[in-house]
Amino acid sequence: MKWLEFANKTMLRKLVVFTLVMFAFGFALVPIYQKICEITGVNELLRPDQVKNTQVDASRTIKVEFDANLRGDSMWTFKPEVTVLNLHPGELATVVYEITNTASRDIVGQAIPSYMPMLAAEHFKKLECFCFAKQTFAANETRKMPVVFLIDPALPPDVNTVTLSYTFFEMPGGAPAASRAPAGKLEAAQPVVEPS
Amino acid sequence: MASVPHDHTHGHGHDAAHDHDHHPTGIMRWVTTTNHKDIGTMYMLFSFVMFIAGGIMALGIRAELFQPGLQVVRPELFNQLTTLHGIVMIFGAIMPAFVGFANWMLPLQLGAPDMAFARMNNWSFWLLPPAAILLISSFFVPGGAAAGGWTLYPPLSIQSGIGMDMMIFAVHIMGASSIMGSINIITTILNMRAPGMTLMKMPMFAWTWLITAFLLIATMPVLAGAVTMLLTDRHFGTTFFNAAGGGDPVMFQHIFWFFGHPEVYIIALPAFGVVSQIIPAFSRKPLFGYASMVYATASIAILSFIVWAHHMYTTGLPVAGQLYFMYATMLIAVPTGVKVFNWLATMWRGSITLETPMLFCLGFLFLFTMGGFTGLVLSLTPVDIQLHDTYYVVAHFHYVMVAGALFSAFAAVYYWGPKWTGWMYEEKLGKIHFWWSLIAFNVTFFPQHFLGLAGMPRRIPDYNQQFENWNMISSVGAFAFGLAQVFFIWVVWRMATGKSGIRAAAKPWDGAEGLEWTVPSPAPYHTFETPPVVK
Repeated sequence: MKWLEFANKTMLRKLVVFTLVMFAFGFALVPIYQKICEITGVNELLRPDQVKNTQVDASRTIKVEFDANLRGDSMWTFKPEVTVLNLHPGELATVVYEITNTASRDIVGQAIPSYMPMLAAEHFKKLECFCFAKQTFAANETRKMPVVFLIDPALPPDVNTVTLSYTFFEMPGGAPAASRAPAGKLEAAQPVVEPS
Repeated sequence: MASVPHDHTHGHGHDAAHDHDHHPTGIMRWVTTTNHKDIGTMYMLFSFVMFIAGGIMALGIRAELFQPGLQVVRPELFNQLTTLHGIVMIFGAIMPAFVGFANWMLPLQLGAPDMAFARMNNWSFWLLPPAAILLISSFFVPGGAAAGGWTLYPPLSIQSGIGMDMMIFAVHIMGASSIMGSINIITTILNMRAPGMTLMKMPMFAWTWLITAFLLIATMPVLAGAVTMLLTDRHFGTTFFNAAGGGDPVMFQHIFWFFGHPEVYIIALPAFGVVSQIIPAFSRKPLFGYASMVYATASIAILSFIVWAHHMYTTGLPVAGQLYFMYATMLIAVPTGVKVFNWLATMWRGSITLETPMLFCLGFLFLFTMGGFTGLVLSLTPVDIQLHDTYYVVAHFHYVMVAGALFSAFAAVYYWGPKWTGWMYEEKLGKIHFWWSLIAFNVTFFPQHFLGLAGMPRRIPDYNQQFENWNMISSVGAFAFGLAQVFFIWVVWRMATGKSGIRAAAKPWDGAEGLEWTVPSPAPYHTFETPPVVK
């Protein structure tokens, strides 16, 4: 039975190696997933959108609502300066969000957008946004930050109201910015002078 | 069937007095055993205890859903019950039950003296009770057990309390146990078959387990990776799934279902194997299309790796992705259909008798196929988006998990039980158990199709009044089903202790085939120390 013991041990070794490879594969799925998202352009939160069609469709008016949320008991106040805008599809607009760090220490944060209805996500084109980068705030600093956007005229005709909602997250331990960001496109949005 | 005393025609090196005696007695026998039959028995007992535990949780859920409004459990506890019911039934009840059958029957079917790595076999069983203790005791820690659903989706699984950590460790331990068990099964099947038993002469149960074991070692490590990432997100500042740090909760769903969909077949394939043994035995015909059965099993296993995102149609997949996953999923119906037609063709013009194992297999065939059809309905993206997270889905997977896997496990207990215990069960009691379970099962789960189509969401303790009647019926069915399993304990108890009074012959089923029927009943402690020769 010596040969059997040997054969079994050889098989055991192969199967253990296979198991370890699959364990590593589980972790390899993380960069693979990010790469697939980057190549296919799915779920890219940190890159400005490309706008092809700049025709303003004056025959339609879309009500655009702005919303701001915080997660947990974070030391922020966060709100848009206007909560509703009425826009024609294709019309360029700017909305300013005001963020205050009420803590007495520096904080790094990141805003993540979401849309209602879900369908609107692909038609909401952001050309410039503070959400494209992580933001560092000094203690008690207040900053006004813009989103420049337009609504794609291809928005289905039955959608008349679109909501842009941001959630501002404090980065755990001031961790580096989102890894999905394409390299070299991560300049922090500059604070802007209030319009008018 | 025929009742004959032990036949000692099978010779091995020991004399009769030593036959049963090479092990310590009392509790240490079970703690230290490396015998595949002892370990198989422990697996089955463990899985039945977990089945009862998971069943009690299910009855808690059904008691709460008996009426609209909140009566029996608090919503937080309800969420914990649905979560733990899922995990306990899948990892604690169904999977160990089939590993138990594999431990008992594979060496007997293949003509091997034991499993390849006997000591590792002991270890892979004894990992399970600590995991079960972690799961059950998590109900009593601050914040209670994990409550975000058995799929452990973030962000809930990142935010919840210590019960989630216990769940993660339990999944690690059970995963390690499954991986060791699978390595053992693969090595036993590939290296230890009796001379003359080529791969294509193996019993179907061995084939389905070989393929299942490969699925397990391919996917369990991925699940272990996913829950490890959850753990480091929770405690060590990583942000794999945490949006704040640029992680993505949807990525967890992709990784989870890369494991989760093959897991469905990890549960179903051994059940197919059991059915492929029993239907020929009671039709008194060889299995129709043996080779196509093997290829169909392998195709199902391979396809299971490329359909995972059909669980995620509502996460905002691009249309191209939805279409791909829809068509790939529908493709699985082809090999599954091959199997169902082969079983039917096996019965065609056979001399069928309807003993309890056969009844359970027929129940399996009808109800599993129905569950397969509702699965096909759910594979259609536009339909699934309507039915996602409704009771239609709950009905669908209980038809394949309970009427599929569990019924075939019952069939296996009645079919091989005489080989394990040396006694027959009482046919009348077995039949009562079957009809009771069949009717109660359908009363419980059939109405859930209607509830789902009408829009009742799953995992919610309260519901709209329009759903009241069907929920009431479903709850009544659930309690009847639970009671049927208490009756099952009594039937098996009478068989195991010999109270049935009918001794089992070495081959109690005249149509049965295979090496397991060449050893006496009950199977001696050591079998096939000299390998049999298969022609």
